[in-house]
Amino acid sequence: MRTVRFDSRDHYRNKVYPSPFHSRQKELNGLKEWSRWFDYLSVPAYTCPTMEYFSGRNTCGVFDITPMVKHLVSGPDALAYMNRLVTRDVAKIKPGRVGYAVWCTDEGQVIDDGTIFHLREGVYRLCSQEHQIDWMMINANGFDVNIIEDTHDVAGLALQGPTSCATLKRMGLTGIEDLTPFGLRYFDLDGIELMVSRTGYTGDLGYELWIDAGYAELLWDRVFAAGELHQIQPMGSDALEMLRIEAGFILAGADFMPAQHTVRPTHTRSPFELGLGWLVDFKKPVFNGRRALLAEKENGSRYALVKLDIEGNKPADSSYVYSSTNKNIGWITSAMWSPSAKKNIALATVETPHGAVGEEMLVEIYYQRELKWSRVKAKARVVKDAFFDPPRRRQTPPADW
Amino acid sequence: MKKYDAIVIGAGHNGLTNAAYLAKAGMNVLMVEKNEYIGGATVSRNLHEDWIYSNCSYVCSLLRPEVYRSLDLAKYGLQVVPYGGSVTISQNDDYLASYVDHDASRREMQRHSHRDADAEARYWRDIMRQCRFIRQFLLRTAPDPTSFKPRDLLEMLHLGKEFWKLGEDVLYDTIRFYTMSISDFLDEYFESPLIKAAHAGSGIIGSAMGVMSPGTAYVLLHHAMGDVDGTAGAWGFARGGMGAISKAMGACFEDNGGEILTGSGVEQIMVKNGKVTGVALENGNEYHSDIVVSNMTLPRTFLECMDANDLQPEFLKRVRNFKIRGSSGKLNIALDGLPKITALRDNQEMMHADIHLIDSIERLERAYDDWKDGTWSKDPYIDMIIPTMTDPTMAPPGKHFMSVFVQYVPPKIHGRDWTDADRDAFGETVMNQIENYAPGFKDLVLHAEVRTPRELEDEVGLTEGNIFQGELTMDQLMFNRPIPGYAQYRGPVKGLWMCGSSNHPGGGVMAAPGANAAREILMDQRKPNNVPEGWIDD
Amino acid sequence: MTDTIIIGGGHNGLVCAAYLAKAGHKVTVLEARDKVGGAAVTREFAPGFKVSACAHLLYLLDEGIQKELALASHGLSMAATDLATMAMDEQGQHIRISGARIEGANVTDADQAAMTEYHRYMSRFAAVLGGLNNRVPPRLGTSTGKDLRSLARLGWNIRKMGKHDMRDFLRITGINVYDVLQEEFDNELLKGALSVDGVLGSFLGTRSNNSVFCALHRMSQGGRYSLPEGGMGAVSNAIAAAATQYGAEIRTSSPVKRLLLDFDQVSGVELENGEQLMAKTVVSSADPKTTFNQLLGPQHLEAGFANKIKHLRSRGCVAKLHLALDSLPVFTGLGETQSGNRLLIAPSMNYVERAFNHAKYGEYSEHPVIEITLPSIHDDSVAPQGQHVLSANVQWAPTDLKMGWAEAKHGFTEAVIDVIARYAPDIRSSILHTEMLTPEDIEQQFLIGGGHWHHVELAMDQFLMMRPVPGAAQYASPVDGLWLCGAGSHPGGGVMGCAGRNAANAILKTNRG
Repeated sequence: MRTVRFDSRDHYRNKVYPSPFHSRQKELNGLKEWSRWFDYLSVPAYTCPTMEYFSGRNTCGVFDITPMVKHLVSGPDALAYMNRLVTRDVAKIKPGRVGYAVWCTDEGQVIDDGTIFHLREGVYRLCSQEHQIDWMMINANGFDVNIIEDTHDVAGLALQGPTSCATLKRMGLTGIEDLTPFGLRYFDLDGIELMVSRTGYTGDLGYELWIDAGYAELLWDRVFAAGELHQIQPMGSDALEMLRIEAGFILAGADFMPAQHTVRPTHTRSPFELGLGWLVDFKKPVFNGRRALLAEKENGSRYALVKLDIEGNKPADSSYVYSSTNKNIGWITSAMWSPSAKKNIALATVETPHGAVGEEMLVEIYYQRELKWSRVKAKARVVKDAFFDPPRRRQTPPADW
Repeated sequence: MKKYDAIVIGAGHNGLTNAAYLAKAGMNVLMVEKNEYIGGATVSRNLHEDWIYSNCSYVCSLLRPEVYRSLDLAKYGLQVVPYGGSVTISQNDDYLASYVDHDASRREMQRHSHRDADAEARYWRDIMRQCRFIRQFLLRTAPDPTSFKPRDLLEMLHLGKEFWKLGEDVLYDTIRFYTMSISDFLDEYFESPLIKAAHAGSGIIGSAMGVMSPGTAYVLLHHAMGDVDGTAGAWGFARGGMGAISKAMGACFEDNGGEILTGSGVEQIMVKNGKVTGVALENGNEYHSDIVVSNMTLPRTFLECMDANDLQPEFLKRVRNFKIRGSSGKLNIALDGLPKITALRDNQEMMHADIHLIDSIERLERAYDDWKDGTWSKDPYIDMIIPTMTDPTMAPPGKHFMSVFVQYVPPKIHGRDWTDADRDAFGETVMNQIENYAPGFKDLVLHAEVRTPRELEDEVGLTEGNIFQGELTMDQLMFNRPIPGYAQYRGPVKGLWMCGSSNHPGGGVMAAPGANAAREILMDQRKPNNVPEGWIDD
Repeated sequence: MTDTIIIGGGHNGLVCAAYLAKAGHKVTVLEARDKVGGAAVTREFAPGFKVSACAHLLYLLDEGIQKELALASHGLSMAATDLATMAMDEQGQHIRISGARIEGANVTDADQAAMTEYHRYMSRFAAVLGGLNNRVPPRLGTSTGKDLRSLARLGWNIRKMGKHDMRDFLRITGINVYDVLQEEFDNELLKGALSVDGVLGSFLGTRSNNSVFCALHRMSQGGRYSLPEGGMGAVSNAIAAAATQYGAEIRTSSPVKRLLLDFDQVSGVELENGEQLMAKTVVSSADPKTTFNQLLGPQHLEAGFANKIKHLRSRGCVAKLHLALDSLPVFTGLGETQSGNRLLIAPSMNYVERAFNHAKYGEYSEHPVIEITLPSIHDDSVAPQGQHVLSANVQWAPTDLKMGWAEAKHGFTEAVIDVIARYAPDIRSSILHTEMLTPEDIEQQFLIGGGHWHHVELAMDQFLMMRPVPGAAQYASPVDGLWLCGAGSHPGGGVMGCAGRNAANAILKTNRG
């Protein structure tokens, strides 16, 4: 049963709702700290963020993704609708496949990014970071589609890390090892339909498990029971944040401003400016932002989002970025010390024409040592690939560890 | 004969602001006030036993933080406390609450429309874009677009540049925003009648327009552009009632050597050889100065306190045509206890909030139709709030003060003056309306002060009871406010200045006209400017 | 294959066709009905009685277009020009308004003085706006020389009015006729009649801001009322003749079903009968909602743009009454010679405002504003000898009537005739035939979505570079090859022709590169 019920008249008593996994999270939450993710209680860290991070890179970690905003799109025009909405060609996402996508305003500015699950022929789930029903309904004009937001009806668990496949096999998900990256399959869990996709936000081997919110605890228990021999750990949002930066994944609200929330019009970004030009397919006819993006392709972008490998070990959060000639050209949007790559890494926004792979830059880092603040201008280099990109991420069938 | 450097008429918040800046600049300033108390429409009045009423303005958000800070109002005792959200009550026993917490508000809206709850983000983005644009012009003097003076040309250029900087799409949005009705504007975002009604109220408060009148989207902006501690669009209470604001301003003024004379109004602004020489009070006393600053409304200043022979007929015609029709009334009520609004059930958190009794655009518009016909709305729009839920200083423990703002209320009844019987009947209409939502309410009433435009004009001097000292329509904004050619606080006679809300940027307890006028006077006197300008906090 | 297809043979479509054909384009006009004209059309509504079925007065038709297309040589002549407006009074104390001159029993010198001044500045302001009628609107926020020059020209035209008028222009353009007229006049009847200029054909009351703007639009081509010989259809026929002479092909009874697309570009149209016609350029004189939502389909637009189209305000609010009369109606206090003028029933601004109140709530006015013409007084061709036609615009009658027009139409018609009968007490006895066109009828018969005269409401937020919406205000739509040329584009409706010509110019300029 869904845990969020705000259609009732006593909604005001609850300022936040337990996730469908709450009873299990509560047992394991040693730090007893909770944060909020939209309507839900979320766990920043169960015991120690660093240890949880390593479960995602070394064994497997479990993260509750129920609060992700989910929409179900169906109806005769579902494909046409999706294709006009997002910049990539959705026809290429076959049933049983998942695709990463961005969608834009007419001005070609990114509203949000998310994943499209082609659940069944002509039925799509769009999973996004921000609430999108307003824009999705605006988009429905002229299409024969049904759109519902079913966020609270579907519970989701991310199971990420090298032993995740082994865990699912042990859980009895026969054939899971054949699932290729960005594939999805349905399984029977005690008579309940379980959807598993080989997707994630960590850049590693990993899966996302989706089930009716009423059976969330069942899922949790079965995953943890199966994972016990594979060193499974619950994982909080702090660990996930580390994993996603290391993978070079961007986050709405951190690395770019969603266009529908941006008061200062020039503070939005196009897909090209976020390094997501590969998601823009001009070979299909009209889609939101097409004209503007074509013009941008022709005339050039204002910004580039880059991955920076920074010398030293001082995390570069909230830092300015300078060109090698000391001109202020941008700023850091996400930064951390990468425990797996053993590098000081960051995502940054720089003004074009800066941002070419291999370009040397300077990052002005303010850092504190025993309460004393200092400043360093550290050298940095633009790199092309994810900071940590293990082959197991793509390997099918995956190894058991 | 003692001569002052400046005489400021009217100790409302703008007059006090103006006087305080002049005094701070070292000028010897006299403030004259007709009432026995200072504050104008920004007052705390003790009208019933131990109750303090904010009997005119009742909430605070627009007060420019730059003024707050530079006059050091905190030091002089002012404390502004935010209050919790707002709620709109519908007739079918439901409500729409707006909580301080964003997610809680979204869920609450979702109860009424899933889609609208999400559209709210887009709506506020667009409103905030307009607020950011307008805010930079609040503490600036509007340029005269017909003038070739370098200053006006430069300012026009600045305005044009800022406008152009918005970018093509936002430029169109801006023009549309300024010319649309709030009703049409809301239709572009929302579908739920209750959600639309909740947003629409702000578009007509104090305005002689209906929600379907083009131009009301701007009025909404006027209510959204304030902030409390940087939370844009938030509203708060002045601890101790709105009088705390004028009290602090008065203290600042006096601390800087200013002199306040209460209890006698101005009979005449004296002019000799085309120059201002001082003021003659109703009590017969005369005070002299080469500078007289009027914080009174435009018609009061020029039609009541000046000799027509001292003014040009063309100017007088403009003054007579100045639109200053009142549209609101007010009840100030001492309550024996907290009323129970049926729809809220036990959501008592909302009793802290601004409570709106309305649920559709059509009801709002029909309320306006009554006003056009020369009578108060039979089904009025009510915006009520109980400051004593937040402020412990205004009523005995367990007792409450309730401020009830009512729209629409015309300046005249079918063309004739208000009578006491009209006023009582109006009060009864409002009481009954509240009773409909909160049965038993009337039994809690210990004392009620009913204020129609007549009372507002007589006591506070707001001509026709218009709370903004002049309507906020396109023809009376920016360089058109109060009248074209006189938008830079200078009156038509040398030495005469205007600092009230009749001037740019208009009404609300904002203190911007007073500050802007002070800046102009100081510039004219070649004194160093001590008045903050523009808006830098971005 | 033709170069250009024009959808809709209304006057703007025909003007556009004529100019394109004149410039050498191969143009085909596709008109859904069996004759051209759209809303500028004459038709028989009772045996022997003909009427200008939608628009019934000519006051905006651009002089340049008349000349350049030599409409006179194509048969356009006026049965009457410079009609006065009669502000009708129930007791017969009418006021005759002719330009700045007013005459009537209760007209004072002060009224005349006020009228002289009002007419002076309104004409002047209208001329400034009128100066924009023949131009492709500039875009804002760009840095192209063309746009900046265009805006600078507008700025200069405002500035050169001088301090006094410029101030008033900036002051009143954005507000309402009620406030402006209150400033100038005392005479209620006069104010009532003048206020109608600001609200006729619009979803605005006298107190609604924007109404001054609408009044200025109405006066933007001089503000003189004429009746074409043979009704408004004569205007369309003359333009059609000009277009044909220049080589345009006009196909009637050819309703377009949908636009055809080749990938992202318009490639032609498909007719209702299934026939496909290909062309690189398709120009639609249909209203924007019909063009984008019906003919193209919003799914072929980017969503933001489609959403703007969806929210265009286009609620029609004027009904049209046609009476076939067996004798000339006698209006109290109005001589036969005066009856041929534009008779306005709008006895006071409050009357007008109250009439509008109903429209806001989806009701028709019980006491509507009525603009009456009796064209048969000037034009023998429209009625049998000795008999007459009464044509009246009736306002307000919203398209989306809450009770539904099927049910309301009879009662409404009776209410309107009752109001007219207050001024012409014996009129009922001479009625041979009655035709009432509600906005719903206008929508269906003239194929205007919403049944709005101007296709989309004429308002400052839907004007100039925002008409119909930003992104399509320079006649080019966001879909390559698709252009707009109807009343929904700048400078709006009324039988003016400027939208058609501006569109043609924009197309010619683009095609020249």
